[in-house]
Amino acid sequence: MSGFDKVVSSYEEAMAGLEDNMTVIAGGFGLCGIPEGLIAQIKKMGTKGLTVVSNNCGVDGFGLGILLEDRQIKKMIASYVGENALFEQQLLSGELEVELTPQGTLAEKMRAGGAGIPAFYTATGYGTPVGEGKEVREFNGRPYIMEESITGDFAIVKAWKADRYGNCIYRHTAQNFNPMAATAGKITVVEVEEIVEPGEIPPSQIQTPGIYVQRVIKGSFEKRIERRVTRSA
Amino acid sequence: MALSREQIAMRVAQEFKDGSYVNLGIGIPTLAASYVPKGITVMLQSENGLLGMGPYPTDEQVDADMINAGKETVTAISGASIFSSAESFAMIRGGHVDFTVLGAFEVDVHGNIASWMIPGKLVKGMGGAMDLVAGAKNIIVTMTHADKYGNSKLLDKCTLPLTGVNCITHIITDLALLEIKDGAFHLLERAPGVSVEEIQAKTAGKLIVDADVPEMQF
Repeated sequence: MSGFDKVVSSYEEAMAGLEDNMTVIAGGFGLCGIPEGLIAQIKKMGTKGLTVVSNNCGVDGFGLGILLEDRQIKKMIASYVGENALFEQQLLSGELEVELTPQGTLAEKMRAGGAGIPAFYTATGYGTPVGEGKEVREFNGRPYIMEESITGDFAIVKAWKADRYGNCIYRHTAQNFNPMAATAGKITVVEVEEIVEPGEIPPSQIQTPGIYVQRVIKGSFEKRIERRVTRSA
Repeated sequence: MALSREQIAMRVAQEFKDGSYVNLGIGIPTLAASYVPKGITVMLQSENGLLGMGPYPTDEQVDADMINAGKETVTAISGASIFSSAESFAMIRGGHVDFTVLGAFEVDVHGNIASWMIPGKLVKGMGGAMDLVAGAKNIIVTMTHADKYGNSKLLDKCTLPLTGVNCITHIITDLALLEIKDGAFHLLERAPGVSVEEIQAKTAGKLIVDADVPEMQF
């Protein structure tokens, strides 16, 4: 059993091996389902020149946005950015490079990367700036562009619960990009709300099998809400 | 008179078919969810991974793990399902979502759409829009007929960087409902009190007008 025990007890251990100029894939949609403590650890480590792959880049002062404060991100691969002034500032000054990628293509790049598929064809982006310079091929009379998959030196993931073997389940829409990110890291680190014993999560309910996961850490989460909209009861 | 945002949304909602899966973009498209006609049930897809999106939560129901594609807090209806982003876009790209409504800066007579980038201004990204226009079976674009300077947004050829090509079939503006086919806009309905002449004056692309163009009914 011990060989399969993925639980680590400190954030230092969780992110050990992260070096300058590495690629980090991060789960999350906006501020929902983000590995808050792992991001904070990257900030603490001061690692520079990172390529970060994530749907968004957080906001000023929270989420991946905090990695902009000390200019740790060299390149951002995302579908939607600019919820933060610092991002805009670094983009306009040329300190930060951004590769805008359609959301579905980004999810599929991670999924394919984790599944050992180097590239795929999609109609998304054909005839647009996204398709420029990419191979075009016709299938059944429709043109598609070739998109290359993505893998990361690290993947940082937020799950609801994991067991010691790294089997994970997600909660509500905090799932989002996390399951694909989990498959695409050479080292996948999962930050969870609760660690349980193997067998506690019914096998058929596990969403990320532990084989994809190298490290599990129990975090505590602020879970900041980006746009709180309510109706009267 | 030109339609209000709410009236555009109401006209969009008249197009909803019972039992269809629908993705609504941010803004006017999202408003359409409030005007679903009686006797019609649609299931709303939110591309961050929710099929069966419900209304906004009450204060007690607010849950940080439950948001829509606009990052707003939401609820799920009974019978909803929640899944990953890859699964969500498999539904979208695979043509399983019946109906998509989204906004645009420009649309042209070839069904091309530009909705995500104005060169020289800060580009924030396309989010899921390119996947949606590439994958949906039926797409309605909602937008104002002309910009605030009076320039038409219905063109022979889009001038801004595209979101997708040959994909838009219907447009609902504050002035009209139009269909795109055979390289032209076809005027199907007018907003109440809006003349054909006004629509012609504000449509830069080729426009086909039949003898009698009915007014929208609300």
